[in-house]
Amino acid sequence: MSLPTTARAIADAVCRREHSAVAFAEAALDALQRTEPKIGAFLTPLPDLARAAAVHVDRAIAQGRHLPLAGVPIALKDNLCVEGTRTTCGSRILENWVAPYTATAVERLLAAGAVPIGKTNLDEFAMGSSCENSALGVTCNPWDAGRVPGGSSGGSAAAVAAGVAPLSLGSDTGGSIREPAAFCGIVGFKPSYGRISRYGLIAFASSLDQIGPFARNVEDAALAYDIMAGKDPHDATTVDQSAEATAAALPEDLRGVRVGIAREFDLKELDSNVRAVYEQAYRDLERLGAELVEVKLPSAEYGLATYYLIAPAEASSNLARFDGVRYGLRVEGRDMRETYDRTRAAGFGAEVKRRILIGTYALSSGYYDAYYVRAQKARTLISADFARAFERCDVLACPAASSPAFAFKAKADPYSMYLMDYYTIPMSLAGLPSLSVPCGYVSTEGGKPLPLGLELTGSLFAERKLLAAAHAYERGTRHIERHRPEVFA
Amino acid sequence: MASEQINIAHVAQLARLALTPDETIRFGKQLGSLLEHVRVLQSLPLDDVPATAQVIPSRNEMREDDVRPSLRREVVLAGAPVSEGVYIRVPRILGEDA
Repeated sequence: MSLPTTARAIADAVCRREHSAVAFAEAALDALQRTEPKIGAFLTPLPDLARAAAVHVDRAIAQGRHLPLAGVPIALKDNLCVEGTRTTCGSRILENWVAPYTATAVERLLAAGAVPIGKTNLDEFAMGSSCENSALGVTCNPWDAGRVPGGSSGGSAAAVAAGVAPLSLGSDTGGSIREPAAFCGIVGFKPSYGRISRYGLIAFASSLDQIGPFARNVEDAALAYDIMAGKDPHDATTVDQSAEATAAALPEDLRGVRVGIAREFDLKELDSNVRAVYEQAYRDLERLGAELVEVKLPSAEYGLATYYLIAPAEASSNLARFDGVRYGLRVEGRDMRETYDRTRAAGFGAEVKRRILIGTYALSSGYYDAYYVRAQKARTLISADFARAFERCDVLACPAASSPAFAFKAKADPYSMYLMDYYTIPMSLAGLPSLSVPCGYVSTEGGKPLPLGLELTGSLFAERKLLAAAHAYERGTRHIERHRPEVFA
Repeated sequence: MASEQINIAHVAQLARLALTPDETIRFGKQLGSLLEHVRVLQSLPLDDVPATAQVIPSRNEMREDDVRPSLRREVVLAGAPVSEGVYIRVPRILGEDA
């Protein structure tokens, strides 16, 4: 049996009892088996858990229950805890650690009938933009195996792009959902900070981290979002206002929508083929009824510098817990101090060490005000820019990344990798809901199509407006239907 | 925010991270280069700008001080690298000279 490409189609078929959740689980596990040798999206497939969950769903459906994600196979980034399963963060330090509880976001999807088929690869502790920083596996882009899937949620993006699961979860701190979604030609959605509980998401930078879905269309992403969003007593940063349902009423056009184009995200710097795709995307927005408005984000160019102080500072604090005592790896020394030093030296990869060092430095005595506090102040200016821009527009549009997926090892210099998040970081600093939706393709020299993503961003907690605009754009362009990746289940 | 030489060995010590001589040199260079990039923040007029720690309006949340179920002790201890009975076992805390 072949797997329908959308979550909605699967859930409908299971609820109508045309197919069983067990049959869809087997189809997804089979797709995983077939594609894994080529893309390596998964660190830990979960066939037993998938089958047990599917049986449970079929039983619930037989008892007359309605489940909005009945039988929908999902893939989960391996920084999300699932009780009784290995949860590694792509790191040696947690290589054999088994999570003692399940993340709230995951639990809500499972309660809605989703079937977890595996844990996916990521840059170690979600630090990276290509998945190359994973200590535990290599993930290839389904469109071209010589290229990265993006990161840090690269495994979750590749699994959906390759048709293994219609839905997956990632986490986004500075672009880790939107950039891989763009590179893999699918939808990736980071909701507002505070919308989705982070209980059970292993922390990277706590004032920025947010969980979100990957899907093959906006409707599925909205569906998953509606189920996950809302207050959780286990995460005090979740907002009280109950999330308004977004998936039920998605419009077909953009009439009356003002789309802001920021001067600072000028397309001139881009490769001419890439630029042409984005120029067409802006024309398409207009064709579909949107009014394009020029806005200013003068502080956005400071986003990267701000982010690369704040995120490492928070990471250096969060990752202090990996000390060889309570979790995972221990490399024993003569005393506790030496045990800390050796465990962390052996357990963390180069990028994680770099960020811990930057963060520790930025927070250290004598430098705290000059670096960390200064970055927090710049963050205020960046947020204020967005607030002003949203007085003049409903959503902002810009590229999700400056290029399509790049080749392995192309960004050997750490800073060149950091630049990949140029278009996604400012929105993260302001906590805004933001997504990437497929907007066209460029060709490799060998003639393979490589997808590009349009980043649309809404004002804080305006997910409904954002998803509505993205849905209308997607319906009016249908880029995902034009090409299939080289590796597809 | 002057361009200063980073004492990488000191920072690594603060971070509880043993570095090889090669890493000390490499990370030192890379951090120096990153700090050059973040120097752009110097040009921003930030004196009267409040710092943002959190982007959403939120306060400390209190809850009733009542007993609630928590994770089972065996399960939590199973995640620790070395445990003994109901304890996590660690090497000695104090060094030779303490």
